[in-house]
Amino acid sequence: MSEGIDTPDKPAAPAVADEPGDLFSKFDPIIKQRRDLLDSGLEDPFGLVMERVLSPVTAVCNGRETILLGTYNYMGMTFDPDVIEAGKTALDNFGSGTTGSRVLNGTYVGHRDVEKALCEFYGMDHAMVFSTGYQANLGIISTIAGKGDYIVLDIDSHASIWDGCAMGNAEVVPFKHNDLEAMEKRLKRIPEGAGKLVVLEGVYSMLGDIAPLKDMVRIAKENGAMVLVDEAHSMGFIGPNGRGVAEDQGVLDDVDFIIGTFSKSVGTVGGFCVSNHPKFEIMRLVCRPYVFTASLPPSVVATAATSIRKLMHAGDKRAHLWDNSKRLHKGLTELGFTLGTSEPQSAIIAVIMPDLERGAAMWEALLKEGLYVNLARPPATPAGMTLLRCSLCAEHSEKQVGQILGMFEAAGKAVGII
Amino acid sequence: MERDDTKARIDTLIEPFNKKGVTIGKDTTFAGDLEWDSLTVMDFVAAIEDEFDIIISMNQQAEIETYGQLIDAVTKLRAA
Repeated sequence: MSEGIDTPDKPAAPAVADEPGDLFSKFDPIIKQRRDLLDSGLEDPFGLVMERVLSPVTAVCNGRETILLGTYNYMGMTFDPDVIEAGKTALDNFGSGTTGSRVLNGTYVGHRDVEKALCEFYGMDHAMVFSTGYQANLGIISTIAGKGDYIVLDIDSHASIWDGCAMGNAEVVPFKHNDLEAMEKRLKRIPEGAGKLVVLEGVYSMLGDIAPLKDMVRIAKENGAMVLVDEAHSMGFIGPNGRGVAEDQGVLDDVDFIIGTFSKSVGTVGGFCVSNHPKFEIMRLVCRPYVFTASLPPSVVATAATSIRKLMHAGDKRAHLWDNSKRLHKGLTELGFTLGTSEPQSAIIAVIMPDLERGAAMWEALLKEGLYVNLARPPATPAGMTLLRCSLCAEHSEKQVGQILGMFEAAGKAVGII
Repeated sequence: MERDDTKARIDTLIEPFNKKGVTIGKDTTFAGDLEWDSLTVMDFVAAIEDEFDIIISMNQQAEIETYGQLIDAVTKLRAA
């Protein structure tokens, strides 16, 4: 699941149009819901503009200096001096863009280098870089699972996973979130001889909970399935070397494909798949979302490569981020908020709101206090919940975490949630 | 006879999911008449899958709009 705002991650049937001919009639319910929210006088939760970005954790939003607690800048790499320098040098030496596909004129030495950095980071044989993380899931899933194959996936999967399923021709079989038994039963019912792909995520970004990958990967392998794990929200932070939840639970070697992104801990944009599959390189020729799009600009791959190599040696930052996550989780619990997980499991702490109205009011109150968090609401959230999602950064200081807790207390009391 | 048995078992399975107490016939639709959200659909599909030890993939679910179509599809899947 994701920050889908007004769109569910799992594709849903559109509403029936009232006025024949106007293709936009199907959006009328969403237009009305949004108008009602704005008419109540609240600031538009989805129209925030950052006028100046002061650091990985502070920006000027709507004229106010604001602590950022709703970005995916987990490791605070966006203003790292080495990363910035690498980007500037690449801009000077290679220009602003490649204007071409990876398989034609769009592979520069920097694209090869960032793939090498990924192989080093994960200790894997192959890495393939896409222009976004969304395209990495879209491309890999739709290409490797074909007609007659089965994709078994968690019902709370991110939109890019669902869209990868929708774009391919495989049979799609969802199971209840993080439910080992439900997953195993479905695997066992798949007809003999059919190809099987199990798709999981390390961290589920709505509630910040992690998957029991150790058991899930074992069950998948016992049933002859290949395993793909999306580690978008864990890369750089979770696991002894920051390789993600699969590394942390000791099953990385049994995962066939890791999908990740440059737009979170790495601090730029782009997506990737790493794998030890001996035939992996053929994907470069058969994967349409890789072939039929322009490659990343040279400055982006240069910043990514530099950031990834620095993340390999970021043990201190990882430790500080865990401290931040634990402290915020404990503080919010003590203030009386209801959280998405009973223990901190990742850098995401989801605060469950009683309803959308009070959630939006709380979001606005926090913004006026000088704190930005993500407002997440149905249908992008599980079980129809309204959430204030806090994502911590390794660059949040101890003092800032204290300020954040003070702002939550003030806003929560003003809105009447605590 | 297979279809009758399938229908009888699904009639029982759907009861706890029919919270609005809709009278269910072969033309009853899940999205329209029963107003189920995606989570309810998933739980109901899982209950049927477990009862008959079958898989109803999302691809197959997309073709099933009414109660009658569901019984036909499950009958066919059991025979497969």
